[in-house]
Amino acid sequence: MGLDFDREYPAFLPRVRTIIGSDVARQWRGVVKLKGCGVTGFRLADASEANLSNGRRQRLSKAILALEDGRVFEGRAFGAQAERVGEVVFNTSITGYQEIFSDPSYTGQIVVLTNPQVGNYGTNDDDPQGAQPFIEGLVVREFTPRPSNWRSSLSAEDYLANCGIPIASEIDTRTLVRHLRSGGVLRGALSTVPQSAEALIDKARNAPSMTGRDLASVVSTKTVYDWNESVPRVSSSELLEETLEPRHHVVAYDFGVKRNILRRLRQHGARVTVVPSVTSAEDALALKPDGVFISNGPGDPEALDAQASELRKLIGKTPVFGICLGQQVVGRALGCTTFKLKFGHRGGNHPVLNKLTNKVEITAQNHGFCVDPDSLPASEVELTHFNLNDQTLEGFRHRNEPLFCVQYHPEAAPGPNDSLYLFEEFARMMDEYRR
Amino acid sequence: MPRRNDLKRILIIGSGPIVIGQACEFDYSGTQACKALKSEGYEVVLVNSNPATIMTDPEIADRTYVEPLTVPFLEEIIRKERPDALLSTVGGQTGLNLSVELAEAGILDKYGVELIGAKIEAIKKAEDRLLFKDAMTKIGLESPRSRLITSVEEGLDFIGKIGYPAILRPSFTLGGTGGGIAYNREELIDILERGIALSPVHETLMEESVLGWKEYELEVMRDLADNCIIICSIENFDPMGVHTGDSITVAPAQTLTDREYQMMRDASLACLREIGVDTGGSNVQFAINPADGRMVVIEMNPRVSRSSALASKATGFPIAKIAAKLAVGFRLDEIANDITLKTPACFEPTLDYVVVKIPRWQFEKFPGSDPTLGTQMKSVGEVMSIGRTFKQSLSKAIRSLETGKNSKIEDTFDPSLIANKLITPTPDRLPYLRYALDQGYSVEEIHEMTKIDPWFLRQMEEVSLEFKRLANRGALDADEETMRSAKRMGFSDAQLARAWNTTELDVREHRKSMDVRAVFNRVDTCAAEFESFTPYLYSSYESECEAEPTGRKKIVILGSGPNRIGQGIEFDYCCCHASFALQDFGCESIMVNCNPETVSTDYDTSDRLYFEPLTLEEVLNICDTEKPDGLIVQFGGQTPLTLALPLKRLGIPIIGTDPESIDVAEDRKLFGKLLDDLKIPSPPNGSATSADGAVDIARNLGFPVLVRPSYVLGGRAMVIAYDEDTVRRYMREAVTFSQDRPVLIDRFLQDAIEIDVDALCDGEEVLIAGIMEHIEEAGVHSGDSSCVLPAYSISEETKNTIIDYTRKLAIALKVVGLMNIQYAIEDGKVYVLEVNPRASRTVPYVSKATGVPLAKIAVGLMLGKKLSEFAAITGAPASGVLPVPQYFVKSPVFPFNKFRGVDPALGPEMRSTGEVMGVGENFGEAFAKAQRSAGTPIPEKGTVFISVGDHDKPKAVEVARKLHDFGFELVATRGTANAIRNAGLPCKVIFKVNEGRPNAVDFIKAGQAQLVIYTTTGATTFSDEKEIRRTALMYRIPCITTISGAQAAAEAVASANRDPIRVWSLQEIHGH
Repeated sequence: MGLDFDREYPAFLPRVRTIIGSDVARQWRGVVKLKGCGVTGFRLADASEANLSNGRRQRLSKAILALEDGRVFEGRAFGAQAERVGEVVFNTSITGYQEIFSDPSYTGQIVVLTNPQVGNYGTNDDDPQGAQPFIEGLVVREFTPRPSNWRSSLSAEDYLANCGIPIASEIDTRTLVRHLRSGGVLRGALSTVPQSAEALIDKARNAPSMTGRDLASVVSTKTVYDWNESVPRVSSSELLEETLEPRHHVVAYDFGVKRNILRRLRQHGARVTVVPSVTSAEDALALKPDGVFISNGPGDPEALDAQASELRKLIGKTPVFGICLGQQVVGRALGCTTFKLKFGHRGGNHPVLNKLTNKVEITAQNHGFCVDPDSLPASEVELTHFNLNDQTLEGFRHRNEPLFCVQYHPEAAPGPNDSLYLFEEFARMMDEYRR
Repeated sequence: MPRRNDLKRILIIGSGPIVIGQACEFDYSGTQACKALKSEGYEVVLVNSNPATIMTDPEIADRTYVEPLTVPFLEEIIRKERPDALLSTVGGQTGLNLSVELAEAGILDKYGVELIGAKIEAIKKAEDRLLFKDAMTKIGLESPRSRLITSVEEGLDFIGKIGYPAILRPSFTLGGTGGGIAYNREELIDILERGIALSPVHETLMEESVLGWKEYELEVMRDLADNCIIICSIENFDPMGVHTGDSITVAPAQTLTDREYQMMRDASLACLREIGVDTGGSNVQFAINPADGRMVVIEMNPRVSRSSALASKATGFPIAKIAAKLAVGFRLDEIANDITLKTPACFEPTLDYVVVKIPRWQFEKFPGSDPTLGTQMKSVGEVMSIGRTFKQSLSKAIRSLETGKNSKIEDTFDPSLIANKLITPTPDRLPYLRYALDQGYSVEEIHEMTKIDPWFLRQMEEVSLEFKRLANRGALDADEETMRSAKRMGFSDAQLARAWNTTELDVREHRKSMDVRAVFNRVDTCAAEFESFTPYLYSSYESECEAEPTGRKKIVILGSGPNRIGQGIEFDYCCCHASFALQDFGCESIMVNCNPETVSTDYDTSDRLYFEPLTLEEVLNICDTEKPDGLIVQFGGQTPLTLALPLKRLGIPIIGTDPESIDVAEDRKLFGKLLDDLKIPSPPNGSATSADGAVDIARNLGFPVLVRPSYVLGGRAMVIAYDEDTVRRYMREAVTFSQDRPVLIDRFLQDAIEIDVDALCDGEEVLIAGIMEHIEEAGVHSGDSSCVLPAYSISEETKNTIIDYTRKLAIALKVVGLMNIQYAIEDGKVYVLEVNPRASRTVPYVSKATGVPLAKIAVGLMLGKKLSEFAAITGAPASGVLPVPQYFVKSPVFPFNKFRGVDPALGPEMRSTGEVMGVGENFGEAFAKAQRSAGTPIPEKGTVFISVGDHDKPKAVEVARKLHDFGFELVATRGTANAIRNAGLPCKVIFKVNEGRPNAVDFIKAGQAQLVIYTTTGATTFSDEKEIRRTALMYRIPCITTISGAQAAAEAVASANRDPIRVWSLQEIHGH
């Protein structure tokens, strides 16, 4: 089976251009050239072998992270020799770095992990949330290129290096996070090639702002495809619900969708058709879905008003379920406003109160923007979920139409599985709508 | 769901004395629970037999009972206090078991007491192996595969399913007798045959071995609304096969992907819900097969546990406190996170640092015991450290252990032992891991031998390689980058000094000159996502310091480090009190300690908490940052004292007694001169540095002699020598403990009464807090002797002499604060044995007996106040002796049942791990209660077996007479029996072990004796003596090994036949 690069590596070409003269970049270019020739079975392992010596050579070289406000952090370089710019954000999850690296929602972002030990368990083939890592760069306190885990098939270093992503280790991440927490997220430039701090600060200042930026269109699939994979079992001891026979057809709008969402939809009995973010309501309905799913994704929801107006047309025509960016876009479709949080919610420990059950769910979160609950039309919309840390809106549902959204990630990966019931609810909603 | 208003008064049962496996972590959890319930407006009734705890302080609960933790006494307390509810989950296994017993005896129903926390059904489901396994199977979780086997054939069939090795446990045999691990067919048949034969029901449980699997624990909390959160994941460095309490553990888990972690999280929540723990904290243990990720549930504790204490300290999330609030109806989202203030407690803490716990063992205290670590816990304490990385944290944890071997580490290794030391887990495994790596062993080789996850081993390998690189570099020409990187990796100044062949302080100066300084980060539950308002700090070499010291007047208290025999919870009690007192006196209190089990390392106890090793380097770092007005060293036992002089010489202001005075008291020569000047007698003595010298001195003094090293803690390496051979052997074997200091030799005062005195001094006036009379004779370590307040057998004249000597010594040593003196009285003459110008382990006991907070007053004195200012508290003039309103007996508790083959006879080496207190209107009642609390209740009637040396016979006859009067049957060995019969009492004769059978041991094993009085004969310990004492221990028959102990036991029997079951709260006794 060949890989379709336009589908699997949509953000690939612009990314390669930012890699400065590294072996990695050349390798990737080589791969791209092969594309038209119908090359089959390109394996990451090939790249990793070729890249190994490159990775080792950089060990003692310096990594620099410069922020737009002039603050500079120095550490040790791992991963690709490269220079990247992006919005610098932090994630407080203790586990799940591979899922974070490969979550398309991190497009355009340099990710700081607060867990100080990263790389310990390597990477594997089951856990990625997208076809490749999407982060611009990784910043950690201590990185290890030597994994230890029975499922590991590739080191975390090679996993990132193969895609030209630099890693800065031995950074004082706690100070960095405190800085971002008090001042808000900042643009930054991360380099693992010799570079002056001043030049990097300039680059950080010239990096595109996340506000107003449409990244969902960049990472979205360009073609329609079917998704048939459920959640794979990784241990015989997992308490995993069985995959139901398909009874619904769900059209999933891909704004940068995580694989685990598609897998969970499938597990709960859906046949899934993934469509590009720019798909019109007519085209979506033409697929005769039992329900439409609006996915997570990167960037500012304000830049997606064209899509929002298409979604507006779906409301009432078919059950709708939105996650994360999906909630924001649906919210905008309902006429509300969205705003940018100071430093976002990124982690696996956020308490969310479900007003309907009066129970607290510990949730996985990854968002920088948020729906303003006051701007939602109260007559149409019921607010259902709130974040107990800062009282921001985490979920709502339509009072009259089959529609609900959450801001957090019930599919977890990484994070707790407390909110999987939402997939059941969506299935139930589709059952009821059908009747 | 709000606070329950239908409850007013809540009973909490503590965990009793400190024993191996149940230590002061339950003082921490119980104290938190009491404080939490009180702050919510409930009345708290507390019962705990352990006087050394903070929780039994009269201020912590409304009603505090230091009474035996047995059903009859608890019923009496319930009858008297009529609580509405019993919180079962914060008093360890003891509290939980007693809750079940009270429920099953119908007492809770009878008095209308509701069990809160965990219901009886949930406790049973969690505690009963088979019920638990069924419950797990029901929810789809695996346990190790097992089957009850009744024939060898059945066993051979089952082994085909589980493979070797197999764990075998015969059903219903005493202490697991007949069980074992079968590694092959031959052993399997052998053990099965034996096991099936030994088992009264002819059954053996055969279980799949999970030895070598990865081991994890998750701390879980649940509220009444079924909100569940994970507080912390803990990964064991030592794989399955070593008890968690004996394992090095790491938080958070390091080698699991999110998928695998969530699998465990889901399983924990399912387990909690199935078992039905309503509210509070529980922990669930898992093993994971490193080859394929198969996971089995090992066990769950439906209560706050040792791991909960660790998890609380590791995350800043106070599990016991929250558990108490959940038990009275609060929801997790109704409780605020203390540290961030703005976010709720309903969340999962996230760590941006790594926590390492290392247990502390003391096999050297128990000659003949097997130091192999297995499924039974053997450590007596633990340390925890916090570092930004695993390397840093491990290194700090090792420093925190204070094993006292740092300087000579290379000499103690033997290359030929590497394989053995790595394969068989013992306390030596960790040092040998480092040694093997230094010797060039590969991570793969070591992993094969130890099954320790390669990730941990690689971290250690990186440290080993870096140390070599640093050592190869020139001495102090390290540049800033090298230095910073070395410190970030966790190397101590002392280690770097060793690499560079210089001194610790030189390294310190050098790095400070390059501005490589420790900074302090906060433990904030949220990885800096929110602001922290609680200064709970650990050091690192990062770029920003978050300590934010205040400009207030502030005092640093140095804690006592890991619990050890001889340095336990009593010192933590003192440190906590010092902290409370400082706050009362308007000073900021700053605590430094590294023991996760304690109240002192609760972020609530002091204004500021530094969770750090108690080393010169770390304490100096804190002083550099805080610039304290004073530093207190006299409450933490020996640990801070050894730092006192170096700190003083570096200009740190030490308040209270001058460290030079402490040195005088510990230096035999200086102290001898002081006693001469004051004309106070001490046993004739001398010191020696060679075997011949020691023998000469002993001959001159006359045998028996007491031989010991100059600096001692808990009587470590102290022996009574009755002959020259023993002295020579001691000089040969004890040198490693003497640290190049001479060995001290005293004439041993046989048959002397020993007295402990605690006193307060402001430099001018001396207030004697307690004159405690030991029940065992001199020669038994003071920590191992039962003692009583008030002293009951010494004359007024002797008492006055003691008061006089105490005053003279306190003034001469310029004591400011607390001091402790040990005296021996022989033939009416008072000798000074030892002076410690610091808080002693009896301070909490004396405080509870007198109702006067000694540590608090001591802090006042250190701050410059005078004793006369405390008259309102002491109820006494500035000098004199504090009155004691009743009889209070303190008794020790020993860990002998954990160490097979060890002789439980008492001697000068301290071996007790904990203590209990009994309160009575008379000595007999107090002693009876203390013995009951210590788990060795003196029987009211039955048969007593007596065997004593000639020297003790007259007193033994008197004891026999008393026991006979109360209906005891007398049985004795021939000589003792003759003496008893000559006094006109009936007595049966029984053979000694070496005389033939049936002998005394058979007699005890047959359950025919209810009490054993068996004193040592002095010169040598015969093997049958040891066998009798071991047998009594095994069969849980009280065995009294001193004649004065036997006299006390007779008093206890008299009380049991005379006094009803009655209880007093401390508040009643002291009129609060």
